[in-house]
Amino acid sequence: MSSFLDYAIPGIPYGCGFALLAVGLVLTFRATGVFNLAFGAQAFLSAFVFDLLNQYAHWDQPASFALAVLVVAPGLGLALDRFLFRHIPTASSTAKVVSSLGLLVAIPEMIPIIFGGRTRHRIGYLWLSPNLVYFHLGSTPVNGADIATTVITLGVVAALLAMFRWSAAGVTMRAVVESRRLSQLEGVNASRVAAGAWALSSTLAGLSGVLLLSQSNSIDPTNPLAFTTLLVAGITAAALASMESISVALLGGIGLGVLENVLVKYLPPGSVLATGFLPSLPFAVLVIVLLANPRLRHIEQSSDPMASVDPPPPPPAVSTRDPRLAAPMKWGFRILMVAFVASVLTWVPGNWVFVLAQGIVFSVIFLSVTMITGMSGQLSLCQATFAGIGAFTAGRLAEHLGLSVLAGALVGGLLAALVGIVLAVVVSRVSGLLLTLVTLAFAIFADNVLFQFSWSGGGITGVDVPRPAIGPLSFASDRYFLVLALVILAFCMLLVVLVQRGTVGRYLAAMRGSPGAAASLGINLTSTKVVVFAMSAGLAGIGGALYGSAEGPIASTDFSYVLSLVWVVVVITTGATTVEGAVQAGMAFAVLAQVLSYLPSRLDGLEFVMFAFGALTYAKHPEGIVEYQKARWLARVSRLLAAWDARHPGSGQPSLAGSGETASAAPAGSVELSNG
Amino acid sequence: MSPALLEADGLCASYGSYRALFGVSLEVPEGSAVALLGSNGAGKSTFARVLTGLVPASSGSVRLDGHDVTGMPAWRIARMGVAHVPEGRGIFSSLSVEENLSLSFRRRMGRGGIGEALDKAYAGFPILAERRRQQAGTLSGGQQRMLSLAKVLAVPPRLLVADELSLGLAPVVVDAVYDGLAEIRRAGTALLVVEQHIDRALALAEHAVLLAKGEVAWQGPPSGAAEAMERILGSGRAERT
Amino acid sequence: MGDHAPLLDARSISIHFGGLRALAEVSVQVYEGESLGIVGPNGAGKTTLFNCLCGQLRPDNGSVSFAGRPIDGLPSYRRARLGIARTFQRIEVFPEMTVFEHLMVAERARRGDGRLWKDLLNLGRPRRDELENVEEMLSLVGLSDVAMTPVAALSLGHCRLVELGRALMLQPRLLMADEPSSGLDTRETQVLGDLLRYVQRERSVAMILVEHDLDMVARVVDRAMVLDFGEMVAEGTLREVMANPEVRRAYLGRGA
Repeated sequence: MSSFLDYAIPGIPYGCGFALLAVGLVLTFRATGVFNLAFGAQAFLSAFVFDLLNQYAHWDQPASFALAVLVVAPGLGLALDRFLFRHIPTASSTAKVVSSLGLLVAIPEMIPIIFGGRTRHRIGYLWLSPNLVYFHLGSTPVNGADIATTVITLGVVAALLAMFRWSAAGVTMRAVVESRRLSQLEGVNASRVAAGAWALSSTLAGLSGVLLLSQSNSIDPTNPLAFTTLLVAGITAAALASMESISVALLGGIGLGVLENVLVKYLPPGSVLATGFLPSLPFAVLVIVLLANPRLRHIEQSSDPMASVDPPPPPPAVSTRDPRLAAPMKWGFRILMVAFVASVLTWVPGNWVFVLAQGIVFSVIFLSVTMITGMSGQLSLCQATFAGIGAFTAGRLAEHLGLSVLAGALVGGLLAALVGIVLAVVVSRVSGLLLTLVTLAFAIFADNVLFQFSWSGGGITGVDVPRPAIGPLSFASDRYFLVLALVILAFCMLLVVLVQRGTVGRYLAAMRGSPGAAASLGINLTSTKVVVFAMSAGLAGIGGALYGSAEGPIASTDFSYVLSLVWVVVVITTGATTVEGAVQAGMAFAVLAQVLSYLPSRLDGLEFVMFAFGALTYAKHPEGIVEYQKARWLARVSRLLAAWDARHPGSGQPSLAGSGETASAAPAGSVELSNG
Repeated sequence: MSPALLEADGLCASYGSYRALFGVSLEVPEGSAVALLGSNGAGKSTFARVLTGLVPASSGSVRLDGHDVTGMPAWRIARMGVAHVPEGRGIFSSLSVEENLSLSFRRRMGRGGIGEALDKAYAGFPILAERRRQQAGTLSGGQQRMLSLAKVLAVPPRLLVADELSLGLAPVVVDAVYDGLAEIRRAGTALLVVEQHIDRALALAEHAVLLAKGEVAWQGPPSGAAEAMERILGSGRAERT
Repeated sequence: MGDHAPLLDARSISIHFGGLRALAEVSVQVYEGESLGIVGPNGAGKTTLFNCLCGQLRPDNGSVSFAGRPIDGLPSYRRARLGIARTFQRIEVFPEMTVFEHLMVAERARRGDGRLWKDLLNLGRPRRDELENVEEMLSLVGLSDVAMTPVAALSLGHCRLVELGRALMLQPRLLMADEPSSGLDTRETQVLGDLLRYVQRERSVAMILVEHDLDMVARVVDRAMVLDFGEMVAEGTLREVMANPEVRRAYLGRGA
């Protein structure tokens, strides 16, 4: 028994870290309706500022704490509310998640740009030193960090609970959460209350960041990812609490910490279970919780009795192009393609050929995002993992069986699709937001566990995916490889366009418009979604194999889950609803990275930041900011043509009714006739 | 004729591209009751929402006590003494009965007045006192409506905008609701009653306004309302459904 | 199937939302080719009953069977494939699509018959027989002129017709229309009523019509039931139920 406690007790402060994250997630979700994936990034920012002040500026702990947690963190929360979330209160939960995803990518990338990179000398801590053992509990030594974390976490959560339960401010906040509109009728300034909730939850994020600093050496304030990994455990605990109960979130977080520690004792050290199962524990628990907790299925449904007061969200700007633009655009595109291939084969310098080939490979992968996010409106955060599955499969097959890389890519794509099916079937009963969370958790699981095995992405030398060859034709040179990749891209684009215009694509369009009406036609939404998810995973797998082939030896880090986040953000920014959008995204991503490499290294992450800020506009322009601007320009040209027609009657083609106008009208269908 | 407490002038409003109101004008004099009638989709609820700031007016103006309140946020208008009991569920179902009441009273009575107002509300609706700790969402439909009514009856506002108060209620509960309205009216509250039970609304009001297709189709004394509705909306298509 | 077996047979449907009783022991029978009107004040539970029959809501108690087989556990898309089509009170159209595409999606859904491989392989343009079906429906509901217009640009009246046409593309045995006249003007209501009557009489589609407009109900339905406060108050011909004093009191208010 005492040896059980020896393992269980250290799990408590460890779990407190999860618990704070979980409580913060629940609080933000309850108070603002946003599933705030950026929570980890917010925690990171405060931890970074605290560390900077404490270690470099030599401020003492209370002053550093005051600035980092009590000034910077709430300030960030207020800024998020003021400049972002206040403007999208009626956006879908997917749109809100995309916005928070943009922040998750942008905030950590901005820090080195603003402050420069730092290395860490010693462990920062808030209150009691982690190097001192204060007392023993049984035979377990309890150090300062353990005490500080546990006491502060329990204290803060108790204070929160008390506030919500008994204080007038807490009651007001709960009222605003339930219905912004109704609370306004009671004379409550709902915007101010929401801003307060953002400040509060952001402070909580900051606090958890600073507390986690002292918990472990492995959390490096210059490495934002460490916080996000902890986020999976946080999400799990929050899911346990049905995104509702703060106290269950607390207990769930601590419980997870204890469970992980206790399992260390009972699983044979060094066995597959210990190396494979243990790190994936939060993922496994999350999947079980998501499937077993029926209350999670309805978390996206608004409980606001006055939801119908709000006008429907703006539809994507549908622009009708002047039909005369079609021919020049088509020919322009063809000429551009010929010129592109000719240039690549002749005068373009070698390093740029490689960059362009990379862009084409990215385009193939990004088409998978078009399929899953653009067409079926779901947000998958594990596309890089699928790409990794494709790449490692192709590489290992080439290595062991001597299989051609092209065949290997197909097998890899199939395997990725299979994994996609399993994943999609598992989450098919739950809603869109939960799919997003499961894919994120799966990506992190693959990163930490699946790709670490020597038969997948592990090993010292990595996996070598050779360049493809068809018979005597070798595509080893970058120039020829690029042409091959272009052909594959064309095939993939064709496939996506066919699906988009075919029956399945129409079903998906119906589903995006109105799931209820789609079901009333006999369309099985679940199986349609599963199929599209599998196809998307397959495309990502093929693209991943190509990526591996382009890059040379690859390792698990080439498909880290962060890439999934970045890729999604990039595609959403440029346009997730069209195949052109994916190609623009792929080329822009590769070319921008190359251009920025000429800048000082401090600006390394700038392209991520640029794209991430683009993603923040998703709620307003779900078709992507680049596509939106393009549509506006085409509409403008169309209007000019129409104006020219008006002044020169009889010339040009008779324009169709309505052409040249931007039909930005709201769908008549989503207008709720207020009963009055 | 007493001066108008509320004046709406040429109000237009739309949801997205769907236009719900086309220049509606209406006055509610101090302490009087006005019935707002019209068929489903005529724009009655939208009009009520524009008045209390929930939905922005695309043009036109709303004046309260002579002050222009057009474009003011709903919470400011609420603090000027306008209560709006919305259609359907007008309560916070995740809060307890007492939290619902005290949230409402705090804004209007200040911290010190809450206890007194609570006593009054519970005296008026003893069933609420029994269930003060219960989550409001678990009350029956009739009790939920009583709760939303108790908020305004215990502390009468200057103007009450009541949207379909009798909707889905058993007739005996509707009687109780209308007795309550008559009572705060005597206490000096002006009423704008949006209703489908036209007979009760007309019995209470001294002026009736009929909306059709987002416009004022007719207005006049309640006695002429039934005839006007027959004429304008067509027999059988009247609001008697 | 004998005359006495109803096409749709729902027995003792009850459902609660929180503490609110939305439906209490409501039973509905509809026979082949018959049209039933459900009337009642706002909030009486009409739409809730509708959603229970279509499978969008699961009742707490009671059973539903269609064409002799129980369909209680079936999700709404499976019920649609059995031949239950519906329209919505709050219009549910697909904003990105034209009128033509609405009907084509419904046609494809009917033909695909739930077989995934059929849908997956169907990548090309519409076939001739599909086009013919869609065009026939367009002219039936009178939308041929606006076939290529995105529904986002259509009036509410047109959208209601689009929904009706879309539902009829399924060649349903039972059509459920939820307040089709809501928000329409007198002329539009007339057009819709004529259409509903035509469909029900000429194509012998059974119909459940939830409606506020008693004129419309009188023109379309054979039989009516009155819901109030989640309970069925009366059933019979429209004239009979409207003469029922309890209905008049509950429905029209004091003294009506």
